[in-house]
Amino acid sequence: MLDATLIFYVAAVGLILIGIAGIVLSAHLVRVIFGIVLLEAGANLLLLLATYREGAAAPIFVKGAFPAVMADPVPQALVLTAIVIGVGILALTLSLALRVHRAYGTLDIREIRQRMEQDIADAAGIDMPTSSEAPAPVYAHEDGRS
Amino acid sequence: MEWLVLLIVVVMLVSAVAVLLLKNFMAALAALSVVSLGMSVLFVILRAPDVAMTEAAIGAGLSSLMLALALRRLGLWKD
Amino acid sequence: MRRLTSALFLTGLAVLMAAIYQQMDLVVTPLAGDAINASAAQQVGAGNIVTAVVLAFRGFDTLLELTILFTAATAAGLVLGKPRADAPRDPDAGFILQAGADLFFPLLLVVGLYIILHGHLTPGGGFQGGVVLAAAFFIPVLARPGTTLDHHAVSLIEGLAGAAFILIGLLAMLGGGAFLTPLLGKGELGTLFSAGTLPLLYLAVGLKVGSELAGLLAQLAATEATD
Repeated sequence: MLDATLIFYVAAVGLILIGIAGIVLSAHLVRVIFGIVLLEAGANLLLLLATYREGAAAPIFVKGAFPAVMADPVPQALVLTAIVIGVGILALTLSLALRVHRAYGTLDIREIRQRMEQDIADAAGIDMPTSSEAPAPVYAHEDGRS
Repeated sequence: MEWLVLLIVVVMLVSAVAVLLLKNFMAALAALSVVSLGMSVLFVILRAPDVAMTEAAIGAGLSSLMLALALRRLGLWKD
Repeated sequence: MRRLTSALFLTGLAVLMAAIYQQMDLVVTPLAGDAINASAAQQVGAGNIVTAVVLAFRGFDTLLELTILFTAATAAGLVLGKPRADAPRDPDAGFILQAGADLFFPLLLVVGLYIILHGHLTPGGGFQGGVVLAAAFFIPVLARPGTTLDHHAVSLIEGLAGAAFILIGLLAMLGGGAFLTPLLGKGELGTLFSAGTLPLLYLAVGLKVGSELAGLLAQLAATEATD
């Protein structure tokens, strides 16, 4: 009744869903980064599950042993690459989070978004947009500024 | 054999949820390391020793080290 | 409101995944894996077939991955910037960490080089050994935060290792073959000097990844604390 493939699949999909939940539902930037790491772990597991065969041997030639069925080496090579790229992405996101913290002093996403929009509006010389559908109001002032 | 896999998967999923729910960031980092180590064991069971070694070295080693350094710089290492 | 829509989105995603699982034949027969398993020993001569796939069958992907890692590490270094000269430094670590770091450095160096050089025989290779080497060079910085890593030497090693990888690949073109074809004969399966240029390629990969990650960690550790 308990199928190993089903358990692996549930693990991979569960990690992906928890990762996406972390990215979408979190208010703190560091939790978003944790969510990204979980999402990558789940995706790597799912990629490796693509050619899983029960009872296969690892794809390495040990002296004297000639297994009949060996596991597929191509997804393993791809997941190897993916894990290393994941650590590169983590490095970049962490340095960006450090810079954001240095610039704004907080790591709350909503507050950062608010202050970023304020900064952009100030730099462009217009008022902040009031809603997300209407464009920012740009109108001529009395002394000729536009 | 399936019971071992089931146990590891349950521990991994509970730790993954704990990463998002724990208030202390260092504790969340420890839970993330548990997820990486569980993944590493799953990779061994899936007959991929190269990938398991990479995940153990990078996920439980380098990734946690980088996150710990960043948390220290962000001032989030206390509760 | 935002949380409600997010929760609804995740429920929909879960339902979609379940539906896909019901319909999809998840475990497929590998298209190329069996052929590679059968022919890797004769064609490449490496004991570790995953190494043969990473370096010989899909060597160009590894080159692109090195490029991605280089870009990410360089961009992270660019974003972090250099710390000010008068920034407050962490105090030296305690006696246990300093003594442990002094003992760990040669051990990690040997283990890392072993893993890199035996990548074509046992599980391991350039990426795993490179990470161990990065840890070997970073732990002394962690124990004594006053000493900085020599970033010039790190960049030099990284550049030379990357250039060596590309040069070995280009050398294969001189003989009329494709880029990154393995050269230098196959040797006997299972000995250290087998599989042609694969150990050299992995050595270049290991040195590049190790020096890159060590430099990145040193830069992260040296960033000013913002609290």
